[in-house]
Amino acid sequence: MASRPVAVTGIGLVTSLGKGAEANWQALSAGKSGIHRITRFPTDKLRTTIGGSVDFLLEEPFSATQLSFALAKTAAGEAVAQSGIGTPGDFPGELFLASPPVEHEWPQRVRLDRQAPGQPHTYGGMMAAAAQAGEDLYVDFINGTIADRLADEFGTKGSPITLTTACASGATAIQLGVEAIRRGQTKAALAIGTDGSIHMEALIRFTLLSALSTNNEDPTKAARPFAKGRDGFVMAEGAGALVLEDAEAAKARGATILGYIRGVGEAADTFHRTRSNPNGEAIIRAISDALDDAGVAPGDIDYINAHGTSTPENDKMEAFGIQAVFGDDAANVPVSSNKSMIGHTLTAAGAVEAAISILTLQHQVLPPTINHEGPADIPLDFVPNEARPAEVDLILSNSFGFGGQNVCLVIGRNPD
Amino acid sequence: MTREVWITGQGLLSPLGQDLNETWDRLSDEAAIAAAADHAFLPPFTVMPMTLPALDRFVPKRGDQRAMGPFMLAGCIAAAMAMDEAGLLGAEPDVLKQINLMVGVGGGERDEAVDEAILTALNGRDDGDVLAEQLQTELRPTLFLAQLPNLFAGNISIVLGVSGSSRTFMGEEASGVDAVRVAYERIQGGQDDLFLVGSAFNASRRDIPLLYQAGGFLLEDPALPFWRRPKAGMALGSAGAFLVIESRESAEARGAKPLARLSGVLNDRCRREPGQASANAAREWAMLAPKPGCAVLSGACGSGPATAEEHDFLMKMVQGAEAAQVRPTAAALGHSIECSFLTNLVLATKAVREGKLFPALTDDPVEAAPAADVTQAVVTTWGHRRGEGMALVERI
Repeated sequence: MASRPVAVTGIGLVTSLGKGAEANWQALSAGKSGIHRITRFPTDKLRTTIGGSVDFLLEEPFSATQLSFALAKTAAGEAVAQSGIGTPGDFPGELFLASPPVEHEWPQRVRLDRQAPGQPHTYGGMMAAAAQAGEDLYVDFINGTIADRLADEFGTKGSPITLTTACASGATAIQLGVEAIRRGQTKAALAIGTDGSIHMEALIRFTLLSALSTNNEDPTKAARPFAKGRDGFVMAEGAGALVLEDAEAAKARGATILGYIRGVGEAADTFHRTRSNPNGEAIIRAISDALDDAGVAPGDIDYINAHGTSTPENDKMEAFGIQAVFGDDAANVPVSSNKSMIGHTLTAAGAVEAAISILTLQHQVLPPTINHEGPADIPLDFVPNEARPAEVDLILSNSFGFGGQNVCLVIGRNPD
Repeated sequence: MTREVWITGQGLLSPLGQDLNETWDRLSDEAAIAAAADHAFLPPFTVMPMTLPALDRFVPKRGDQRAMGPFMLAGCIAAAMAMDEAGLLGAEPDVLKQINLMVGVGGGERDEAVDEAILTALNGRDDGDVLAEQLQTELRPTLFLAQLPNLFAGNISIVLGVSGSSRTFMGEEASGVDAVRVAYERIQGGQDDLFLVGSAFNASRRDIPLLYQAGGFLLEDPALPFWRRPKAGMALGSAGAFLVIESRESAEARGAKPLARLSGVLNDRCRREPGQASANAAREWAMLAPKPGCAVLSGACGSGPATAEEHDFLMKMVQGAEAAQVRPTAAALGHSIECSFLTNLVLATKAVREGKLFPALTDDPVEAAPAADVTQAVVTTWGHRRGEGMALVERI
């Protein structure tokens, strides 16, 4: 169907590299790592002791809800201000928020347990204590709260969407906004991916899935996407926000257009809960659908912002998918992973990396894949270790999630 | 472009039955409704548990059965029932690739015994080293996956082969409406054709009720009249509900029979200042413009003042020219949060096909409108804290 071009008129970023798109771009183009030793909780007994936590935004202690909200609010505030759309507290469009699922964490359970009358260390006891324990134990731990607070903060319209498609969530938020604008349902959308969920249980759960790097010695060297010897991803926190607009409406109000979301593609894998089908079918389909949706051919893509988590499995399958779609040209398309520097921001990653893709278009510089040393076992151009000036008009940004959710975006400097 | 949206398949599991027809029949059976309420699981609260049907028919692999808790299994079975009715269960991969999965859910079950063992070891201390040791010895990796909301859809993709897309909405009652609304809008706007939409909720667990009890929402006195309860008025109920919805063109091309037409899905939010939620509901009602004598499957949760406000809104629709026939299904099934809207959509579809409703569930005048042929059914959501949604289902 004929669809309306969707423009990006504002972006916002917070990661372990810092607050704001400019600070992040400076660090990314300098090949700096934001990964550090975790100090939020004791790590002596843990196999992984590093992460890309964002420690500069809130005073401890805080819950994942509180940090995820603070991250989202910071990134969205930057994006909305840059776009110049609406007036403060009155955003003329819908909200699409990718945020991590929340539940009581151990500090809340222990707090309830301490107050449990008569039945210590049981759910029955916590239940008896709950009514007097404080409303924060309810409202901070239901899944709708972060979006609800953002809707209040920014004055977005309609039912605020909260979504999760695992590590593809941030891209799904953008996809939902693009679809709503193309339908003509809204002239603008605020798409946000946020994740502030580095707490002990989350870290241990990913450890038990053998998903995390245990290269603890030098935290900055742990995330090694596509490199030999990569041993897992590095958990990280952050938020990315994009103001999406009907391009005609954006032009009509005199907005500066930073880029365009040209195409979106998605495909679900039916193979396994944590692994993709060895035939790469869903990854290939998601990439191909995004290219088709944008009306471009693989040869039109100038650069791929990879999912590139640094797990042996993801990077192998992603490279395989790229090779399958791009064929003989695969080796000529630069591919890099922002996660080599900021770690894996999980729910936020798709939005964080879309915002970085916009910065890549603006600066005409490809951020590198750092920690790319030694012999390569995958024959692609990973923009190793140093940023590279390049002519970039069209970017493919990949996001692949546990549970088989794959979403790809085509982001362009021009509307067609 | 606006296209007609048809409902071509549905699946329902509830405290009253292991499928839609059993649930529908027992909604007319006062003794069955009374028997469905469990006062012993989580005293002094009332919970409406459900028993899952035998898994082997729809989830044949043992590995898949073990990978899911009751919440995800309920979703998987309800989804399979809906696909079965729509003629999509076991379809060729090329067909399954066309099916887009949209769900509105919360998280899966925690291992409560592990949580209690860890609380015992911590003994009230915030001791990170003890917690680290305990978590690393007690947690099982598969359980993490059974907890992640997006694995609810992920498991449906794996077990039933649905691979078009997979999107999970969260955020209590509103998430169920959002899932259906976005699917509806994409079909209507010509962006896609074929959707599997649904949800599930497991009330027979302790972590989620704990959350709602911390908010003061759980019903302690089941004798309180449904529409006039205080904030502590919600009895949680288990559910699994799915629909196949598609463009008329898609259904006709597949030779699929329509069960009903989905004629509108709306959702909004407000801060719940007095009157705001009623204003949202009134606007949605006006946009959907149901005919006089329509049925209303209300998603009222039982918690005041939200339910009292919905009652006052609905009373106007009962006493005015709308002559609406209202049924608050949570009074019989318990409130299934994310799954409430989907449950009522399934029952609305059944109501327009049957041309009638089940008897009143409360003795409140809001249910006292005379029975009339049901050709249209309105479904409401009035979230316990946020979210006001409405949909219209029509007989074809």
